[in-house]
Amino acid sequence: MVKDKVFVITGTRKGIGKSLSEYYLDKGNIVIGCSRGEGSINHKNYTHYTLDVSDEKAVVNMIRDVRKKFGRIDILLNNAGIASMNHIITTPYKTVDNIFKTNFYGTFLFTREVAKVMMKHKKGRIVNFATVATPLRLEGEAIYASSKAAIENFTEIMARELADFGITVNAVGPTPVPTDLIKNVPEEKINALLERQAIRRFGTFEDVVNVIDFFIDDKSDFITGQIVYLGGVVK
Amino acid sequence: MESIKNIIIESLKELNEELNIKELENPDENTKIYGEGGLLDSLALVTFITDLEEKIEDELGYRITLVNERAMSRFRSPFKDVKTLSLYIQELIKEENKDG
Ligand SMILES: NC(=O)c1ccc[n+]([C@@H]2O[C@H](COP(=O)([O-])OP(=O)(O)OC[C@H]3O[C@@H](n4cnc5c(N)ncnc54)[C@H](OP(=O)(O)O)[C@@H]3O)[C@@H](O)[C@H]2O)c1
Repeated sequence: MVKDKVFVITGTRKGIGKSLSEYYLDKGNIVIGCSRGEGSINHKNYTHYTLDVSDEKAVVNMIRDVRKKFGRIDILLNNAGIASMNHIITTPYKTVDNIFKTNFYGTFLFTREVAKVMMKHKKGRIVNFATVATPLRLEGEAIYASSKAAIENFTEIMARELADFGITVNAVGPTPVPTDLIKNVPEEKINALLERQAIRRFGTFEDVVNVIDFFIDDKSDFITGQIVYLGGVVK
Repeated sequence: MESIKNIIIESLKELNEELNIKELENPDENTKIYGEGGLLDSLALVTFITDLEEKIEDELGYRITLVNERAMSRFRSPFKDVKTLSLYIQELIKEENKDG
């Protein structure tokens, strides 16, 4: 069980990021979170930064603050993410820009800045967020799935570049989990997606946290560069 | 300027506790860091950069990011030797201060 660790979690105002923060706070850890909106968690061991994960200066400042205040970061969960369903022909350039900025640039910036802090202690755990939309090649999710495909490759290469510093980098790929992220996706689309999983049901927060708990366990220091999809989806 | 140079030298010495390179025992202005004739490999450079950023913040109070596009595309690498690096850091600090 993880306890007394310092977590940095992105995208903590709502959804999976908020639940993750509450879960790890409950277990006696320190959580530093962020989102574009104001924080929504009230806990003595929680600190919130209001920022956009693709804003380099803001991210650098946040992580330097955290280093000063807590002296170390044990775990980074790159959870912040946005999606948009659209046919390629009707996808505005701006949408692509936004999705890549939050999903990929955000993951890159946090990984770079936090890894600098972890390197000193020769220890760290980074978990990124992928999606089953990538291996399933879902129509209508070309941009979202591609941004997450970039994260998968990034995860695999970071695992190698950071291995010498005792830092593991893995990713969890959820199936649909009922949050705001998918609330505008038509029901028949979701059902068609669930049909393509080996186990045909929605994912839950507990399913996601189960994979993360495994990745961040002290005993998992030989597990890196892995993408684990839920629901029996395979690459 | 002197203080920046001292921080660089201090970081190199600290790094050398792990590396044990003879030429890094007493670094000075002309000590080559990275690139042609440089004493650090890319892995050591990464540690060195992180260390320097931290020390510059803790000891001088400036938050700078040593790696940026301009630095990486310069003809003469700012990480060439101790002197070049201190000039580069001086420049960065000036720039950061300009935009508040
Ligand atoms: N739910 C699913 O079905 C599902 C499936 C597969 C993968 N995932 C992945 O799981 C992760 C969490 O998704 P979720 O379902 O919890 O989504 P969500 O309910 O929409 O929450 C997204 C969170 O990220 C924050 N955020 C979004 N853009 C941001 C930015 N640019 N900078 C800072 N914070 C930002 C949001 O807060 P603000 O709006 O205040 O910024 C919010 O707290 C995402 O990476 C997603 O791709 C989800």
